[in-house]
Amino acid sequence: MARLNDDNLVRARELIALYPVKRSALIPVLHVLQEQDGYLSPDGLSHVAELFDLTAAEVRGTASFYDMFFLEPVGRYVVAVCTNIACMLAGAYELLDHIEKRLEISAGGTTADGSFTLEDAECLALCGNAPCLTVNWRYFGDMTPGRWETLAEDLLAGRLADEVPPHGTLCRVRRAVGLPASAPAASDAAGAGRSAASKGAAQGSAKRQVPAALDNAGHLDHAGHEVQLATSRSTAAVGSTLAPGGSPREAAGEGEATGDAQ
Amino acid sequence: MTTTGPTGAKLGPYVISSRFGLRQSWGIEAYLAHEGYEGLRKALAMTPEDVHQAALASSILGRGGAGFDAGRKWGMLRKAKPNYLVVNGDESEPATFKDHAIMEGDPHQLIEGILTCAYATGADQVFLYVRGEMALAHERLQAALNEAYDYGAVGRNILGSDFSVDIVIHPGAGAYICGDETGMLESLEGKRGYPRIKPPFYPAVIGLYGAPTVVNNVETLSNLPWIMRNGSDAFSALGEGRSRGTKILSLSGHVRRPGNYEVEFAKLTFRDLIYDAKLGAGIREDRGLKAIIPGGASSPWFGPDHLDLSLANEAIAEAGSMVGSGAITIMDETTCTVRAAWRITRFFHRESCGQCTPCREGSGWAEKVMRRIEDGEGREADLDLLMDICDNISPGVVWPPAQTTICPLGPSIPSPVASAIRLFRGEFLDHIRQGLCPFPPDRLQTSPAYA
Repeated sequence: MARLNDDNLVRARELIALYPVKRSALIPVLHVLQEQDGYLSPDGLSHVAELFDLTAAEVRGTASFYDMFFLEPVGRYVVAVCTNIACMLAGAYELLDHIEKRLEISAGGTTADGSFTLEDAECLALCGNAPCLTVNWRYFGDMTPGRWETLAEDLLAGRLADEVPPHGTLCRVRRAVGLPASAPAASDAAGAGRSAASKGAAQGSAKRQVPAALDNAGHLDHAGHEVQLATSRSTAAVGSTLAPGGSPREAAGEGEATGDAQ
Repeated sequence: MTTTGPTGAKLGPYVISSRFGLRQSWGIEAYLAHEGYEGLRKALAMTPEDVHQAALASSILGRGGAGFDAGRKWGMLRKAKPNYLVVNGDESEPATFKDHAIMEGDPHQLIEGILTCAYATGADQVFLYVRGEMALAHERLQAALNEAYDYGAVGRNILGSDFSVDIVIHPGAGAYICGDETGMLESLEGKRGYPRIKPPFYPAVIGLYGAPTVVNNVETLSNLPWIMRNGSDAFSALGEGRSRGTKILSLSGHVRRPGNYEVEFAKLTFRDLIYDAKLGAGIREDRGLKAIIPGGASSPWFGPDHLDLSLANEAIAEAGSMVGSGAITIMDETTCTVRAAWRITRFFHRESCGQCTPCREGSGWAEKVMRRIEDGEGREADLDLLMDICDNISPGVVWPPAQTTICPLGPSIPSPVASAIRLFRGEFLDHIRQGLCPFPPDRLQTSPAYA
């Protein structure tokens, strides 16, 4: 587990080029690092620090503020069970209890075989399908102990590989374009940036990036990255959250949403 | 009491959720087939000032929780370049799930709304801050943004006009506090999400990188395409008073049909929302109502005596709470309100960023004391102790709350604690005197629609 590999270094540089101030890309790049290794390793953090002209401590200082970043290795599947008010009223603690017993770990722990890390999570914004959980940040609503059993089996058998990517993978769709609008005004943008920086008290040592780094690149090479977004289990949330009262129109057309882990 | 049935509640019109049920509603084909980007075309044919005037005339208030006048916010922008638009998609208020549905269900509508606002405010660049945990929303939004660039709706010379702007989707990484607008700006600058000390009060004056910045919520901006297509008069004709247009209400808890419901603002009561067959369809197993959390975890609770209160900003504020993010949680008569209030307090304790002593310490102490009462180890003096902690966090424990901290998280802590004590004092005493929680544990009870 180490530094960003060549592909991810390219991604990091693309991300940095999107922002007028380099440091803004720090959290997006940390997501790339976590996608690569499953967690933020010390070597990886040092490499990111080099990229941003920061110290490793500064990078760690930002990373440690955020719940999604893991500074220690975690299981292949990070299961976050929401126990906040709406899910609690629907029995989330009973669900969590069941999963803890089945995995033989407490919330916060990782199974001995490294398959699962379990979390007692705050509201995940799927309260219409309480209780809910996420696996590697993919949603599963209307959970019951029985559905957990099916879900765990499917995960371990690799049947959900398309729907639940490896831990750390946030977005499988790559940005297909650079910054065409700002490219021709590169010199202006840099000038305007300086005036903003002089007024900004919170700049610190952040280095300015000229958006023209991509120089009106238009489509980048990785355009057209194919991802099937109509995942059945996670989109159940979307299908159902407004189905009851929201929109009767063509609601029957929502064929993808099976909404069931069974 | 009514258990379920028609209450005369009228659904819609659907300003925001009109495409949610469509097949592949998140793709550009469905969007263009249903008036997609027509509002933006209209806007681009107007001057930016006229678009701003249209937003002002619609009287739309921000839908993120604070309810600030959106058009006025744009008007407060300091005249300096560059200026930015930051879109708040960090939906994390407990029991709120409307922005999640919007971003997954109709990302193009959000992009169109963003562009309309960016045009009116002359934004040099847009950052769409999306809650990190919402992976599917990230994927759908990024795919939609790629499509929108292809279509010519984002980037240079948008839809053939002179207007050019770029949108960057920025992932959060798990922190409730980044929903606070200055916490969000710090996070967007690659730092810990500590809300900024005020003054300066408004990012419109000093925001991202010190530049003038408009920060608007996802739902707020998603109204703009409809407003541009149908006119601000059509929008302000919906609702009443300071509650215009429609509002997506996120209904959760012990109702038969939890979910998001878009309704005309100020035209429904809590009774309609909970009991109408087309909405909540009554409380599960026909139980009695015990408490309502009317506007997210930060809002003070109501008892059943407020059932006939109008779901409007003014009425709810007058009754001592808020519409907030539009998240309404229903608790039935079997609910242990000590446990419910403890769980929300625990949330604030976990999410307090730690900068301000009243919030950092107060949330922790309140959580510990609530917990020991729930565990049957409380003492009667704990009730006064809890109110004293609340008073230290927010003097007077009044609504709207007094502020002792940098951001509104701290003053929200007394909402669940003081509400539960004021409404259900007897339950606290039962816990303390019996030495145990008299209620059964919350049982798994998924919605019958999906069982």
